[in-house]
Amino acid sequence: MTEKLFPLFVAIPLAGAFLIALLGWKKKGLPEIVGALIPCGLFAYSIKALLFTFKNGIAVHHLGGWLPPVGILIGADGLTTFMLVIVHGVAACVALYATDYIKKYTSPWIFYVLFLVILAGMNGVLTTCDFFNLFVFMEIASLAACTLVAFGTERHELEAGFKYGVMNTIGALFILLGIALLYGYTSELNMADISNILASKGPSRLVTLATIFFLVGFGLKAALVPFHAWLPDAHPSAPAPISALLSGLIIKSLGIYSLFRILVCVIGMTPLLTNILLFMGALSMGTGAVLAMGQKDFKRLLAYSSLSQVGYIVFGLALGTPLGILGGLFHMFNHSVGKSLLFLTAGSVEYTTGTRNLDEMGGLSRRLPVTGSASLAGAMSISGIPPFGGFFSKLIIIFAAVQAGHVGYAIWAVAAGILTLFYLMKAMRQAFQGPLLEKWKMVQEVPWRMRVSMITLAFICLTGGLLLLPQLKGLFLNQASKVLLNGAMYSSTWGGFKP
Amino acid sequence: MKKNERGMTIIVKTVSRLVARIMLLFGLYVVLHGQVTHGGGFAGGVVMALVFILILMAFGKDGALKSFSRSAAVITAGIGLILLVIIALIGYVRGHFFANFLGPGWPFEFWSAGVIPFLNVAIGLVVLGCLYGIIVALTHFHSELHPEGHKQ
Repeated sequence: MTEKLFPLFVAIPLAGAFLIALLGWKKKGLPEIVGALIPCGLFAYSIKALLFTFKNGIAVHHLGGWLPPVGILIGADGLTTFMLVIVHGVAACVALYATDYIKKYTSPWIFYVLFLVILAGMNGVLTTCDFFNLFVFMEIASLAACTLVAFGTERHELEAGFKYGVMNTIGALFILLGIALLYGYTSELNMADISNILASKGPSRLVTLATIFFLVGFGLKAALVPFHAWLPDAHPSAPAPISALLSGLIIKSLGIYSLFRILVCVIGMTPLLTNILLFMGALSMGTGAVLAMGQKDFKRLLAYSSLSQVGYIVFGLALGTPLGILGGLFHMFNHSVGKSLLFLTAGSVEYTTGTRNLDEMGGLSRRLPVTGSASLAGAMSISGIPPFGGFFSKLIIIFAAVQAGHVGYAIWAVAAGILTLFYLMKAMRQAFQGPLLEKWKMVQEVPWRMRVSMITLAFICLTGGLLLLPQLKGLFLNQASKVLLNGAMYSSTWGGFKP
Repeated sequence: MKKNERGMTIIVKTVSRLVARIMLLFGLYVVLHGQVTHGGGFAGGVVMALVFILILMAFGKDGALKSFSRSAAVITAGIGLILLVIIALIGYVRGHFFANFLGPGWPFEFWSAGVIPFLNVAIGLVVLGCLYGIIVALTHFHSELHPEGHKQ
């Protein structure tokens, strides 16, 4: 019964979005209720799905009842449900936060329509087993995100939205070209079948070319360093809930998840590819950290920090050792929660004071105690201070690098970690500590729903390390890392059409 | 020509008035007969949207919005999308997402494709609403950029 759940992860957000599109602009309050309830409900479903894949391994649903050579599959394994839990956990907090935050904009119903469409697109990317559907769902999520980046319709917001749209379309075209080449070579679009055929046909230059296209396309979506130019503009310009969604979830599910799903499970990693990804990851780590140091804009600093942390995740996953993959996935979880929290707190500061410039802030934690302490929790988790989750994931990645013999990269990762600590703590001190400026004397703490969602995320940041306990690790992290470790097993476990 | 009346010459207006209903009927035919002959939801939806875009060209923005308002476009697209999800979910309840829960029928008859005629209608409504909505939005931006109006 539970394997029938997976199409609902796409259908329910879409149905909600269309319902709001039909009724929301007349009925006050309906968009907020539907938009907040759907992610919460799907979070409960995703926990159920996680338990299901833990027990049964994989779940497959045939769309329209058609079997693989003809039909399209929707399915999930440990990695998918791991991502689904992260996506819906963070999206539920973000949706709750948005119910108050979005009131300052006109026509909030459009926000909720696009928010739910993004959710449907991300879930589609995560659950699909078909290359072309992957592309379509990715475009659905990207286009909705592009519109939301420009949601404020100010000059710089429109510019950032346009830039995001253009860069993401270029990435999507590379991906489409890669898919077309693979389709031409194998005459299949089902991922498991393509994997089978590639294994039986052996290496070819065409597949190498397709791999390069995927690397560029998904690198653009994930904002790996040579392809990162759009991110520092897009993430600060969006409304705070969307910045949190973009940085916490979209670059991970559309970029990193898809990249590793295809490279590891379908095409197969080679030593050269591993080295390229390790280098790109390390480059992202360093570049993001160095660029973040000089930023005055709070959200822009966080966006550069995202570049650096994405570097850690890609580096960990590309190591390919059990410890490296575990560290990469765990850092993906910690960064999703921590960076979403930091963007939400930056949004709270902007909501109350109307500024994002760190030089104009100061002493705000006296007027905004919840925002201040939540922000500190997020910053400590991202920069890796011991009791917080981020410490353990960075430690695992660095240990894994040493274990795999990449001592130079490990030292580089430690150095980037120290820089992370430096710039995040500097931002925290500038914004929340020190003397309170005269003009912020009358600032009020944000409404309760925004506080609740920030406190929830801060609590997850604090207790994230508990996921490494043996009982929880088997359920949540090991399940996902097993999929990436046994990448070549993908085609056989999915039982696709045999050529 | 009255002073406040926008749009093209009387010839274009008269021809548009004559042709519009026939075009709408043709669009409806393409949508409803999509499972047997050429066309389908998208093509028929485009033809139906073109009717209103023709009115917009001939009679100006106000004339078009009188016959098919902006909120009507949003509602049309919304109904189409909801219909699409409902059909998919009925199939889901019967076993599979997007399952064809009506029988196959007889080849080359009108009832020959199960749920596909209904999906065509849904897609036709979506395309009609969205395409018309996009053109109306573009004319809004045009009149904001050139407030003196587009004189013909």
